[in-house]
Amino acid sequence: MDAPPLDTLTAALAADLDGAFPDLVRLLQDDLFSGALRLTGGWADAEDVAQEAFVRAYRALQGYPPERIRALRLRGWMWTIALNLCRNRARSRARRPETALGEGVEPPDTGVGPEQAALDADGSGRLGALVAGLPWAQRRGVVLRHVVGLSYEEIAAAVERPVGTVKADVHRGLARLRAAVGTEEAP
Amino acid sequence: MSDRPIGDLAALRRAAPSTLLPAVLTATGLADGYVTRPSPLGDVYVAFNDEGVSAVDVATDPARFEARFAERFGRPAVPAAALPEALAARIDRAIAEGRPGALPLDLRSVTPFQAAVLAKTAEIPRGEVRPYGWVAGEIGRPGATRAVGSALARNPVPVVIPCHRVVRSDGVLGRYSLGEDANKRRLLEMEGLDVDGLAALAARGVRLVGSDTTHVYCHPTCGHARRITDAHRVEFRSAADAERAGYRACLRCRPAAAA
Repeated sequence: MDAPPLDTLTAALAADLDGAFPDLVRLLQDDLFSGALRLTGGWADAEDVAQEAFVRAYRALQGYPPERIRALRLRGWMWTIALNLCRNRARSRARRPETALGEGVEPPDTGVGPEQAALDADGSGRLGALVAGLPWAQRRGVVLRHVVGLSYEEIAAAVERPVGTVKADVHRGLARLRAAVGTEEAP
Repeated sequence: MSDRPIGDLAALRRAAPSTLLPAVLTATGLADGYVTRPSPLGDVYVAFNDEGVSAVDVATDPARFEARFAERFGRPAVPAAALPEALAARIDRAIAEGRPGALPLDLRSVTPFQAAVLAKTAEIPRGEVRPYGWVAGEIGRPGATRAVGSALARNPVPVVIPCHRVVRSDGVLGRYSLGEDANKRRLLEMEGLDVDGLAALAARGVRLVGSDTTHVYCHPTCGHARRITDAHRVEFRSAADAERAGYRACLRCRPAAAA
């Protein structure tokens, strides 16, 4: 089932929250999960965060009058909710030394085929670990901009910071990643 | 400073697990989760939510079950990733015993009349049957026999609420909502009921049996009636006949309420 585009969804949610909410989940679940996966560093954490973020969003929408729902910028709003959850998970994960950041980012039960595993082993696996090692503000910016694909304006709204600050965070994060990749690629 | 991403950060995207949407919908109450469990009739679909079990159904495949559920309850049922162990044990026990017991049920979809019919039906012991008219009388609606039949036909949780134990007073088993009508006979026979014997009795016009030692009369399948030896068994065509003969109604199966 194809979900309607995001810009018509606010009207649908305002008119029939229960009927339209599953489409909100369908439309944003890959965004939420991918972002949470790279921000928390764990598959199970990402599943929990994405689920909890949608449940909180639903409960919040239940209390909003229709005009407020219609005026929502859904993508950024969802990330306002999800980022708090991600940050708490990332913090508690950092306190567990046995699970270093960046580990456990693949599904349990070897749901990954050999090709995907090989790809992760030499490509995104290492890059994912480097992203997971960035300071929080930079990681947040890089993941939301380049993994999730939010605009700077959406990110700024989600993190409640000026656009310029968000851009600077992303640039610094990318620079750090580039330096790390360069070091690793040097003979 | 370049904004050009390094490597392929977009390749760090992963599709959300297929369990995410069902988990969100069940957690928000927008959908019920469902599982399949073994039953005397083979695997049955069991749907549940925070209130309890909302539906028991048979279907040829999950898609058919989901369509039937959505049409009836106005919300989707989605496959549950996992069933809490305590709930699984209660479901299996309720299905095996043919009574809710400790299993919470979600009966919000039924009317107060239907709820009364279902609650009364849940009291009928395993291996015994009662006429539709008995249920009507017991809930204070004598004469609503037909409405009792309709309510039981809409029983959202068959087997767990044993609507198969309510039959026509003429000994015909009547319709059954779970799968095919023959399932009603299967369930009753698995509970040890002599269905043909009951039908033969009813065909002779016998509705009630009594003991000439205790002068108590019962439904033929009442646990007390089945202890009466042949030498002392007396047959009656109606409660009025039994009362005229000086018999009193059994306190356990309360046959006087039968229409």
